[in-house]
Amino acid sequence: MSNVLTIFKRELRAYFATPVAYVFIIIFLFLTGIFTFYLGAFYERDQADLEPFFRFHPWLYLFLIPAIAMRLWSEERKTGTIELLMTLPITLWDAVLGKFLAAWCFTAIALLLTFPMWITVNYLGDPDNVVIVAGYLGSLLMAGGFLAIGSCISATTKNQVIAFVVSVVICFCFIFSGTRIVLDFFSGWAPQAVVDVISSFSFIAHFESIKKGVLDVRDVVYFATLIAFWLYANTLVIQNRKAS
Amino acid sequence: MSYAIEVKNLSKHFGALRAVDGVSFNVARGDVLGFLGPNGAGKSTTMKMITGFLEPTAGTVNVCGFDLAASPVMLKSKIGYLPEGAPAYGEMTPLSFLEFVGQIRGLRGARLQERIRDVVGKIHLEAVLHQRIETLSKGYKRRVGVAQAILHDPEVLIMDEPTDGLDPNQKHEVRTLIREMAATKAIVISTHILEEVNAVCTRAIIIAAGRILFEGTPAELEGRSRWHNAVTLSVSADTAQVRAALVALPDVEAVEERADAAGRARLTVIPRPGCVPLPAVQGAVQARGWSVTELHVEGGRLDEVFRDITTQSRAARS
Ligand SMILES: Nc1ncnc2c1ncn2[C@@H]1O[C@H](COP(=O)(O)OP(=O)(O)OP(=O)(O)O)[C@@H](O)[C@H]1O
Ligand SMILES: [Mg+2]
Repeated sequence: MSNVLTIFKRELRAYFATPVAYVFIIIFLFLTGIFTFYLGAFYERDQADLEPFFRFHPWLYLFLIPAIAMRLWSEERKTGTIELLMTLPITLWDAVLGKFLAAWCFTAIALLLTFPMWITVNYLGDPDNVVIVAGYLGSLLMAGGFLAIGSCISATTKNQVIAFVVSVVICFCFIFSGTRIVLDFFSGWAPQAVVDVISSFSFIAHFESIKKGVLDVRDVVYFATLIAFWLYANTLVIQNRKAS
Repeated sequence: MSYAIEVKNLSKHFGALRAVDGVSFNVARGDVLGFLGPNGAGKSTTMKMITGFLEPTAGTVNVCGFDLAASPVMLKSKIGYLPEGAPAYGEMTPLSFLEFVGQIRGLRGARLQERIRDVVGKIHLEAVLHQRIETLSKGYKRRVGVAQAILHDPEVLIMDEPTDGLDPNQKHEVRTLIREMAATKAIVISTHILEEVNAVCTRAIIIAAGRILFEGTPAELEGRSRWHNAVTLSVSADTAQVRAALVALPDVEAVEERADAAGRARLTVIPRPGCVPLPAVQGAVQARGWSVTELHVEGGRLDEVFRDITTQSRAARS
């Protein structure tokens, strides 16, 4: 456990040792602002909640999370530090978890920095703050899902650009499988059970209630399982491909 | 007694390529084993398997009683390892990097600071301690790698080309350091500098194409040279005459002549295998009253032995 913590701290510092962290946070805050106020019609809705803020998180994460995750393992493989890391007395899980948690924590920091949004709704109206906290937690949980995918894909290649593109595509499938277009396409001919399964894999379906502030156990379990699955895949990928 | 490192029938295949092909050797505490071999011989691959980075295709590794397959984490905790090219996190400073490695190695607080001070002093990293590693010169990067490997005072030290890229002073320092540490540790280094074998190693292994072609002491390696115990001398007399006299001596296989930088003739008396021609040469010098300006015994030419051993194997294969 202390190894996880040591790796976590090193990774988190590594984010802030380069401009990447600051660039990312600025872009993230800028885009959440745009999405919420223009596309989400935050003012026009005239409701004191953060639904328009959370609504676009899956689409924001689609591009921003793979950008955070792409360096996790690709860089280690490219620079050869993976050989150093994997010959230290740690387990694969120590390394995978330490890195993943650092990236997750970084995302949490970026998310926390959207607090002016929360202040704004409280200033303008009288929102249910429990709902908002639930929304933040759910959003963070979903970010974890995207990150686990990104981390696993990053372990498959030395090339960060490839890691980014492939992660975006996979994350896109996870979002898109819950949209009307896909579900309508399947519901025309496939049994309802199949349609349900497809939609149950989607981030959108599970984020639907979360963004309204309802943190359902099933949604939490879904994201937790998703994270566990991709991190497990991550350990397998490193085990088998670390040297090639 | 049990060895600190026991390697049995170790093999690594990359597809059809047998990068390492049935390598076995042991290293005891107090030994410094030099790994020699041409590029692509399998030196680094062997080290990567011993340190637990690469999974062997076949064979076993045991370090300080810990089996690689059964208890990899314990095995790794016993080893200090400098990977080829001395990789390190570029955005860190040597100090934060050493702190990170030390913490993973279980060093904490005052003990960690003490070890870092000790190692930084030994490797002379004071000047760059707070500079980002990616901006360091190649030699300093290598030194950071060496520092990281010896930080936890490991029982087993494995270093892939530790002196590559170091200036002559630093090469000397690192070799001295290795010799100092040798008493209590089992050390394996790989190198392309043959003199290094004489300077620091107690044993040497030459591998080529994944197989061990020679194993023995540096003296035995030199003994394989046709120049081993040869006598080189410069004589200010008629060289042709001297040469004829030397060739006639017992124990002498041949006499070679080369001009030195000043244009004077230097003769090298090559012994018959296993013979020591020095007494006979000295006798001849005294008996004939040549005025000798230089006379010394050759240790043996390692580069030539290396070439012989590694090219013979290629010839044998094809
Ligand atoms: N990951 C890999 N995939 C495929 N082949 C590899 C891999 N790693 C090493 N090899 C091959 O294995 C052989 C041995 O390589 P290795 O790095 O062990 O050589 P070396 O003795 O350390 O050489 P050098 O003196 O150049 O460092 C080479 O032919 C190399 O191309
Ligand atoms: Mg090598």
